[in-house]
Amino acid sequence: MTDNIILKSESETNVKSGEVRVENVSRTYIDAHGSSVEALRDVSVTIQPGELVSLIGPSGCGKTTLMRLIAGLDLPQEGSLYLDGEEIRTTNFERGFVFQQSNLFPWETVYNNIAAGLKARKVYKQKKHEIAEYITLTGLEGFEKSYPHQISGGMAQRASLARALINDPKVLLLDEPLGALDAFTRMDLQDKILELWAHRKTTMILVTHDVDEAVYLSDRIIIMTPRPGKIESIINVNLPRPRVRTDPEFLALRTDILERLHLVSSRKDPEFFI
Amino acid sequence: MTDKYWKKDSRLWPLLTIAGFLAALICSFVIPAAQEKVYQTPYRIVLVILTVVFFSRYVFGFFNEKLRTRVNHQAQLYLAVSMLILLWDLLTTKTNTLLLPFFPGPAQILQVMAEDYKTLVISTFYSMRLLVIGFTLGTVIGLTSGVLMGWFRQWSYWLFPAFKILGVIPATAWIPIAMICFPSSFMAEIFLIILSVWFPVAYMTSSGIANTPKSYFEAARTLGGGQLFLIFKVAIPAAMPSVFTGIYTATGISFATLVVSEMIGAKAGLGWYINWAKGWSNYAKVYASIIIMAVVFSMVMAVIFAIRDRVLTWQKGLLQ
Repeated sequence: MTDNIILKSESETNVKSGEVRVENVSRTYIDAHGSSVEALRDVSVTIQPGELVSLIGPSGCGKTTLMRLIAGLDLPQEGSLYLDGEEIRTTNFERGFVFQQSNLFPWETVYNNIAAGLKARKVYKQKKHEIAEYITLTGLEGFEKSYPHQISGGMAQRASLARALINDPKVLLLDEPLGALDAFTRMDLQDKILELWAHRKTTMILVTHDVDEAVYLSDRIIIMTPRPGKIESIINVNLPRPRVRTDPEFLALRTDILERLHLVSSRKDPEFFI
Repeated sequence: MTDKYWKKDSRLWPLLTIAGFLAALICSFVIPAAQEKVYQTPYRIVLVILTVVFFSRYVFGFFNEKLRTRVNHQAQLYLAVSMLILLWDLLTTKTNTLLLPFFPGPAQILQVMAEDYKTLVISTFYSMRLLVIGFTLGTVIGLTSGVLMGWFRQWSYWLFPAFKILGVIPATAWIPIAMICFPSSFMAEIFLIILSVWFPVAYMTSSGIANTPKSYFEAARTLGGGQLFLIFKVAIPAAMPSVFTGIYTATGISFATLVVSEMIGAKAGLGWYINWAKGWSNYAKVYASIIIMAVVFSMVMAVIFAIRDRVLTWQKGLLQ
């Protein structure tokens, strides 16, 4: 059953694109104290169809703002964003979103949460047979009738993934989806995300605080810096998959990124030797 | 208070409960009545029924642990009830100590219930019809206006000020006006009950919607949900716990409105019955009506709680 949808999705993805283009985007907020915060300043980047890209950087660097702009939950003050050349003006199921807190509807069962996307698009009757497939795909068999508070955090995030994926989005936006999970569950879900991505070739944009996670998953890593939020650099990860976390090249890349984020001292940098 | 049940392993208390009702029954037969006109048979029949009920609960308790736990849990309470009934009977029918006609005995109240059952049944039916129609309409209207105010700024702008002023006025204050504005007292009473239910339900609905975490709406929007989806699949379900708080408040107010408006303007119903009996100084009938209200209104509450538990199953285990 699982194989069926995987094959179907692969054939569909040949026609589907999912290119995200961000052009000179700026966004400023007024915070709770009344002072303005420049969340993004003149950010431009293009994400290729089917690419898995991570956004990484310290808090306040505008990662989440950028995600919300791509999702259409928020609008930029300057610049524009495009999906396949079409300007993003509001939310759409083509840009699925997985939130940090699973954000499942607590009043609906797991089954009905996954069905919510179909209902929202008014295609529930035609497509409800797919729900069972997505439940299998995310390993939630037996929990269809549970309510979100009755399942673990990891299961809730898998349900959240299923809820977003059942809409067959062109881009899946993952805003620190694994941030609140324990290390074992997180690694397990990283593999699940890779598996879903490899089979479906959906463009995925992932916000993370975890350098290890970024290197393990991404094709490219976008490093951002705060105040104002800007792209500091973009790193290509050319390691073959499946990646091994203890591989020297993996570790070297990880160290490189940590250095760029000023999280470890560079030996070349005398400033850190006092 | 770690255990949910009180004295659940007791052997003595359930037997004493049975003995208590038996004692009240024996008392009714053995001690001669001081109040002459009281017809004691209905009272005795009720005591026989109660004794049999408690005895059979005790017997079946031997075969069913759940029932036994409950019987034991309630044993002391019902023993106290039986003693109160016995004492009440002694102070009234048997010794004529309490002042008549204001404080009749249990036998006298059950006597008028038996004699006047037709009027009481019709009165109960009238009151319940009013309550069910008024309460249902009031809840629907309250829910609708609450959603409109909670969701649309325009509705909130125009409706909320009027709502704030009108909502604090007790519905019963409108009785004189309602009685002349509506063609029948039935419709006037319906209107008053709707009014009393509308305010708490609408208020709690709109505040429930306003307090819904934004993230649920955002999730719904990224799933492709439009305005209707956001209202019916997110805002309303999210507001339901709050809505039921409003409905719960409305229940009490609607009972009061029902009884008062029946007392003042109606020609039928339990409230009317109380007022009518008072006119004849027949206080036994007043108590009869009050007892029926206690039973019937408790049943209404139980139905509302059952509906709430069903609608809010998803909350089970979430609170506490």
